[in-house]
Amino acid sequence: MVDTSGMSGHQIHGAGLEHVAEGRRKAGRLLMRAASALLIIVLLIHVLNLTGVIGFGFENWRPILFAYVLWSVALCVGQVFTRGELGYRALFVLPAVLFTVAMVIFPTLFGLYVGLTDWNLSSFDGRKFNGLDNFRTMFQDAFYWNALRNMVIFVLAVLIEYGIAFMLALLLSAQIRARKFFRVVFLLPFMLSPVAVSWMIGKSLLEFRFGPAATFARFLGWESPAFFGAPWIARISITVMDAWIFIPFVMILLLAGLQALPREVLEAAKVDGANAWQSFWRITFPLMLPVSLTAIILRIIFKLKLADIVINVTAGGPGGATDTVTSFIFREYRDRSNVGYGSLLAMFYLVLIIIVLTLLLSFARRRVERVT
Amino acid sequence: MTAQTANDTLSAARGTDMRRVRLQLLSVRVFIYSALIVWAFVALFPIYWTVTTSFKTAVDVTQGHLIPWVDFIPSWKGWRSLGLSPDTIFQTSTVRIEFLKRFANSTIVSVGASALAIVIGSLAAYGLSRFPYKFGPLRNKDISFFFVSQLILPPVVLALPFLVLYKGLALLDTRIGLTLLYTLMVLPIVIWIMRDQFMKIPIELEEAAMVDGATVWVAFLRIVMPLALPGMVAAFILALVLAWNEYFFAALLTSTNATTLPVMVASQTGSQGINWWSMAALSAASIAPLVLVGLFLERFIIQGLMTGAVK
Repeated sequence: MVDTSGMSGHQIHGAGLEHVAEGRRKAGRLLMRAASALLIIVLLIHVLNLTGVIGFGFENWRPILFAYVLWSVALCVGQVFTRGELGYRALFVLPAVLFTVAMVIFPTLFGLYVGLTDWNLSSFDGRKFNGLDNFRTMFQDAFYWNALRNMVIFVLAVLIEYGIAFMLALLLSAQIRARKFFRVVFLLPFMLSPVAVSWMIGKSLLEFRFGPAATFARFLGWESPAFFGAPWIARISITVMDAWIFIPFVMILLLAGLQALPREVLEAAKVDGANAWQSFWRITFPLMLPVSLTAIILRIIFKLKLADIVINVTAGGPGGATDTVTSFIFREYRDRSNVGYGSLLAMFYLVLIIIVLTLLLSFARRRVERVT
Repeated sequence: MTAQTANDTLSAARGTDMRRVRLQLLSVRVFIYSALIVWAFVALFPIYWTVTTSFKTAVDVTQGHLIPWVDFIPSWKGWRSLGLSPDTIFQTSTVRIEFLKRFANSTIVSVGASALAIVIGSLAAYGLSRFPYKFGPLRNKDISFFFVSQLILPPVVLALPFLVLYKGLALLDTRIGLTLLYTLMVLPIVIWIMRDQFMKIPIELEEAAMVDGATVWVAFLRIVMPLALPGMVAAFILALVLAWNEYFFAALLTSTNATTLPVMVASQTGSQGINWWSMAALSAASIAPLVLVGLFLERFIIQGLMTGAVK
């Protein structure tokens, strides 16, 4: 993730592969043009039908989808015909590119447009372009800013998760018996669905009357253990549940880093008389920085999507204390059908994420370069 | 260990010193094992609690009984309400039919999405790891980044456009619609893992095959694929975990036909005054497949994440 370069020198280069017979090239071009024409015609018929210019057409947009698939296939075949060997090579990436472009670029642009409209699915007015009105509303929406603030808190908790995961990874890489058993057990929470965990932990283990955690808290002297009552306690409870699922993920990434460490360096430190504490901070930790950054950034990316647990356990409560951006917008769609405004909030969130992650990545890269 | 043997040879006379070192080693051992056991308890207890609660009656729940046969006598109550206990398994049960339908949806959607993502993701990863592409100003590095950067796209950004688009395409509440969306969701991770897998395979193997007259595709299918198969299994399982557990899109884009298991579980938790035993049985049944995958295929998951982490 952090490093996408360094792949040259491991590639098959093609020189003098462009030779293709003229007839084949023509056939390929014809095929691609025909498919493009078909796609445009289908699209045109549907649009004209929708706007009422012509009296016939399709029931829904599905024919356009089929036309796009057909066009993609024709494009792939056409590449092989017109470019020969290079076309065969293009065939490897083309399906993924065409799929991603159709599934991401178009919907994102569409979302951007919807974000600039006043559109409530439950009102009869339909879609109205309203420019930057949603944007202005957003700046006055205390609940949205509250959700963003919560996200900052939740993301900061990643550092604690990282600490725990690092300790677990060190434990698993120590010379222990039953290593495989512990590895399987430690991994298990990562396999569980957040929704099931919402019930298993949030609604039953932490239940204030009969939950074992509540019983234990009473035993320790907490009179009325309400894990979702006060804002900070609720935030901590949500973080704990989310951490319980994702600590194994971070742990395995770090474990991989630990196992790839050069053994000689650690041995040399031992011979020089460094104790475990010193050799960890002077050698293991600095050498682990690149892997740590990958793990932390991946974890932050997952954390920014946090929603399932919040939706199912607290629904953002108490008083919005555990609301995440995703759960807030989820309610905006589901309960208020306010899709125009919700889209704008989502788009703004995406822009924020991109800015923050870009800054984080460049900062991290500089730090790593300085240390190593 | 080397430090210890060095100590042995150097200080036969310093017996007291040796004893101190041994004591220190022992305390380190004790610390390591107690930490391991504490975390194993943390990881296992919620699962244990869920499974045992599905065998409890109301009294056992309210009195906080924990250990079967010691604290309480297990009963099939929770599983009976799902229609999955021994005495109800052969009778008709609407809850069981509902559950099996959701289970089938989850299976079809998650397996379908993972398989599709593995196919197109592996192809793209292989191409990007072997051939220099030029797509306008974009080179391999940029195309790879384009794919992997999809990972940061939060689901909320796509949720609403897809709600509207799927309505237009008549894909709302269909398994195909959900499958396509999940494919998109897991594709970055598959490409991320598979690219590193292919980088590890020496390029000379294909070059030798191509000298013998094989085309790139034959070389890929015959030589590279078999070598990359363990990595593909790893990426597949990881994709399966993410797709099986997905809730957000499923909750927004499905209503009756294509609803998956997490949506069913969530709809049950929402109601007040829930039956603990039936909720526990439902939760246990919904996590069971992946717990089994985790127990038996743990090796692959760890291997997959490991190749991704270290360059």
